[in-house]
Amino acid sequence: MSSYTQRYSGPAIAAHWLIALLILAAFPLGLYMSDLPLSPNKLKLYSYHKWIGMTVLLLFVPRLLWRLTHTPPKALPMPAWQHKIAEGTHHLLYLLMFLVPLSGWLMSSAKGFQVVYFGVLPIPDLIGKSEELGELLKEVHEALNWGLFGLVGLHVAGALKHHIIDRDSTLRRMLPFGK
Amino acid sequence: MKIRHIALSAAALLLAGAAQAVEFKQVDTTKSSLAFSSKQMGVPVPGSFKKFTTQIAFDPAKPTAASTTLEIDLASIDAGSKDANDEVVGKQWFNVKAFPTAKFVSSGVKALGGNRYEALGKMTIKGQTRDIVAPFTFKQDGANGVFDGGFVLKRMDFNIGEGPWADVSAVANEIEIKFHVVAAPAAAAKK
Repeated sequence: MSSYTQRYSGPAIAAHWLIALLILAAFPLGLYMSDLPLSPNKLKLYSYHKWIGMTVLLLFVPRLLWRLTHTPPKALPMPAWQHKIAEGTHHLLYLLMFLVPLSGWLMSSAKGFQVVYFGVLPIPDLIGKSEELGELLKEVHEALNWGLFGLVGLHVAGALKHHIIDRDSTLRRMLPFGK
Repeated sequence: MKIRHIALSAAALLLAGAAQAVEFKQVDTTKSSLAFSSKQMGVPVPGSFKKFTTQIAFDPAKPTAASTTLEIDLASIDAGSKDANDEVVGKQWFNVKAFPTAKFVSSGVKALGGNRYEALGKMTIKGQTRDIVAPFTFKQDGANGVFDGGFVLKRMDFNIGEGPWADVSAVANEIEIKFHVVAAPAAAAKK
């Protein structure tokens, strides 16, 4: 039983919640800002959104490396199909954690607005300015975001189901400051 | 008639030759460009004006006698995106309905040594006139004269970006202007 109550490691918990918080900030910000008429406020919100996204991309690298070099706590007992869905969701979340900010970065370059991290550090453009490519990447960025939105929903629903219905420690062992 | 025409042309060529130095006057607008770069939230955003006319009279032997005027069709701006193009012609920016053109008239040219010069003059945008100093280089490319230069324009000096746009933390006050002008010698025009 004791192995089931094992908590995630400190760095894993920190990375999980930090990235969760950043995604929860960037997603509604992205939805809100894109329909605004051009204004200084819009320019600022776009920059904040891009800085948050680049931070996710930056944190993703050590997070992935940590995950690949550390074994997470064993999954709690559950039907095999539920376990498969949970695993699949985790894999896709990792994939989108990388692809969403990457597509935003590329879209920014294609639109002709370089990402300058915190307004001081220019992030290189991986592709040149192109109107068609910019429009296409905008569609891709949006579609990936809705995918991420669905997966986060599934992930949260799963965690709550374990916590409230199964009353197991799935959620608790990922909570910060827990025992 | 024809003979007279040829004779006149020959005389004109001779006269041009007699002046010894070449004066570069015929601006080739297809080879010339007027570009700028603004900083939005620290992001350099390039732009340009597609339509402008410029008169130049520049004799490298007598640079201080040189003069130039420049008139920019402000509606021909490309500010980097469609949204920006729609915005900058509006009232708070260039207000092109009331002020369709920007104008620069030189008052003098200083030789800085080598191929470096400095044009001084008055820039008028949106009803505001300010003194401008624009360093440039001159080089000869075949028969043509090529002028390359630039200067920093403070947009708030001309009220470019009023109301909420006066916030220079979003769009910086300093706009980098870069010009590239190709001009043919005066004689070449008298064919």
